Amino acid sequence: MQRLRITYTKTAALRYTSNLDIHRIWERSLRRARLSLAYSLGFHPQPKLIQACPLPLGLTSHAEMIDVWLETETTPAELSAALQPALPPGLELQAVEPVELLAPSLPKQVTSADYIATLLDPVDEALLAERVTALLAAAELRREYRGKNYDMRPLVEGLSLLPPDEQGRARLAMRLATRESATGRTDEVLSALGYDPYDVRVDRFKLILG
Amino acid sequence: MISPIEIEARLERVLLRVQKPGRYVGGELNQIVKDWDAVETHVALAFPDIYDIGLPNLGLAIFYHMLNARRDVLAERAYVPWSDMEAQLREQHIPLYSLESKHALVDFDILGLSLPYESLYTNALNLLDLAEIPIFASERSRNHPLVIAGGHAAFNPEPMHAFFDAFVIGEGEDVFPEIVDCYQTWKRSAAPRTDLLRALARLHGVYVPSLYSVSYQPDGTIASISPNSADVPKTVEKRLVAKLPPPPTRFLVPNVDVVHNRIAIEIMRGCTRGCRFCHAGMITRPVRERPVAEVVDALEESLNHTGFEEIALLSLSSSDYTNIMDLVKGVSERFTGKHVTISLPSLRIESLSIDLLEGLKGARQGGFTLAPEAATERMRNIINKPISTQALMDVTRAIYERGWTTIKLYFMIGHPSETLEDVQAIADLCKAVLAAGRKVIGNRANLHAGVSTFVPKPHTPFQWVPCDSVEQIQAKQQLLRRNLNGPGMKYSWTSPQDTLLEAWLSRGDRRMADVIYSAWRNGAKFDAWQDQFRFPAWESAFAEHGLDPAFYTHRERFIDEIFPWEHISSGVKKSFMAQDYRWSLEGKTRPDCRQQCYACGILPTFAAIRRQNPGEGWKCPEVSQGRVRAVNLLQEA
Repeated sequence: MQRLRITYTKTAALRYTSNLDIHRIWERSLRRARLSLAYSLGFHPQPKLIQACPLPLGLTSHAEMIDVWLETETTPAELSAALQPALPPGLELQAVEPVELLAPSLPKQVTSADYIATLLDPVDEALLAERVTALLAAAELRREYRGKNYDMRPLVEGLSLLPPDEQGRARLAMRLATRESATGRTDEVLSALGYDPYDVRVDRFKLILG
Repeated sequence: MISPIEIEARLERVLLRVQKPGRYVGGELNQIVKDWDAVETHVALAFPDIYDIGLPNLGLAIFYHMLNARRDVLAERAYVPWSDMEAQLREQHIPLYSLESKHALVDFDILGLSLPYESLYTNALNLLDLAEIPIFASERSRNHPLVIAGGHAAFNPEPMHAFFDAFVIGEGEDVFPEIVDCYQTWKRSAAPRTDLLRALARLHGVYVPSLYSVSYQPDGTIASISPNSADVPKTVEKRLVAKLPPPPTRFLVPNVDVVHNRIAIEIMRGCTRGCRFCHAGMITRPVRERPVAEVVDALEESLNHTGFEEIALLSLSSSDYTNIMDLVKGVSERFTGKHVTISLPSLRIESLSIDLLEGLKGARQGGFTLAPEAATERMRNIINKPISTQALMDVTRAIYERGWTTIKLYFMIGHPSETLEDVQAIADLCKAVLAAGRKVIGNRANLHAGVSTFVPKPHTPFQWVPCDSVEQIQAKQQLLRRNLNGPGMKYSWTSPQDTLLEAWLSRGDRRMADVIYSAWRNGAKFDAWQDQFRFPAWESAFAEHGLDPAFYTHRERFIDEIFPWEHISSGVKKSFMAQDYRWSLEGKTRPDCRQQCYACGILPTFAAIRRQNPGEGWKCPEVSQGRVRAVNLLQEA
């Protein structure tokens, strides 16, 4: 048995594919690559694949990670060579590295993630800066998400204004907690800042492992 | 016109506001995107239901790959949006677009819709409306796409005649490219749209409704159907392929979950059994089989191209495939241990079927499905699906003994001359099967009785018979509901209103077009979806046009009645169907025509094709010059 960690990008149409479906896409990609994916035992064998941390629908990412278990010894180079041509449009390999079989699971290792949000509509930059400062200054930020009341403030580990993109659109950098029990959401931060999250393009560009 | 770039920009703002946005963006593995400007003819293939239902459609998959194989053609896809997305599209003024290049459908040259069943008709209208294409064919100009349809429901095109420029009757593999050629010739000329329609009408298998006139008798039945000019055929004969072409193997692999996530391969087209209620069994004749090796190789190729975990071997009657045992062996040898589930639907009620499913490892996870269709031998003789009750009991007991815990039995109520005793027999039979199962495996035994309601279909021996009234259906369903309950027993049924809709549309005439249009204006769409079906929209549409729904459903047709589909031929002769109908009234069965040819009409109609394709590929007898004449004489006699 062999455990390999894949870092990959998720872009294009796959932006609109949920995490559950991405899991299925990985399974099929590995099957197409004719790699000997390991399956769990039991009546309904499941492929052994673990994603690092769910990417909310609508986000693109340049830093997704997944651990895969293979039945036969495969080097990272062999895996890359077999897998890249089998991937659907929107998935691209960035790195493959071996991982100790008994190393802690990926979701347990991820502590936070970095995002860049691009606001599609023109905004008052001064007002945006003011709101960012106010958010960071708050000691507590009570919010309601899917019927649950929680404090968002500790989940926001970093928030700052970036220079506008080449089309002059305002951009924000965020670092949000992604611990298994406490995950920050970019749409929540954007709403708290007073912007409609549906009018913002968000890319995750880094996962931070503890 | 709105550009693809503008459509994409508007889409980005709406996609996250709707459920399952992955339905609306394309970008799947095996999608084909060509350079729009480098291709002469742009074809949009559309399925009039949501992506989840339409993506797995095998017919469209065949055309998608076939048309895209041509250098001068591109084919892209479209489906209807779910209501939340429809609201967004209308609000943001986004016309319905193709998933590949995001071109508005109105910018395509040809728009082809699949019409496999009638409950999609209002969706088809909605699709045209969302695409900003005039709904009525008569209102389209030279610059609008040519709008065509095909599929099983197109064998009675009349209820939809007003909305399509042309229909393909029968199999499209050969004729679709001819339609494209015909379109290209016309497009290069400056001729008016009517010239294109006339040219299309000369293609074998193409029906252009605007070139025909229909007149009615005072009682509402048809007096005559005639072409408006001499160069238009009086009867449009269906098209068929002599030999099944190589199956598609680069199936689109969706990025979101759809109803069938699988590789589907036709192992055989057509059926020799002749069940009298069965539309598909009559209109897809003759039987043509695909060789075992071709099926197995295509599956292997498909698995490599898709990574799917499920395979479906499709046909109308798997057990009748000549080398079915070899096929099952070949498939299980090649794919065992690859985490692939293989399904083999439509098995006959015989112990061989159990051997077949046992041969396909993993098949036992689901239930074992059989379709006796009726519960008494009298009734099964009437519908020409003769099986003895004893055989059914023996087979079902053996299924429980050999490890299955759930059996699904499919029946229909509403067969001709059915009484409440025949319906009671369904309940009694189900109870007996479950009781026998419980003797074998105790409380683990389950039985699922799926009881739908029979709708008489055009081009079948039962095209003359009335459909049950709502009261009759309700009485029968009540009886079943009372009897089919208790531990291990599950009963499901079709809503009588769904049945009525299907019945109106199946045997409707041209006047139904107004009703369909009004029903859609009244808000009818997604009629196939239980929670979306709006019966009152249909009732008021009938009232608006002074038509009586019962005329289409509950009336027994005169034996010499001119049907709305009289000018459409499936190759099976009306005289043959009338004889079969008479036989059914006498309880007389007609054996499997693999044993003996009963001269249904297919051979003389397609004699030339059969002569050019001799051998085992077809299950009809060989034809020589002499034989064709003999068959013709036999039929005239």
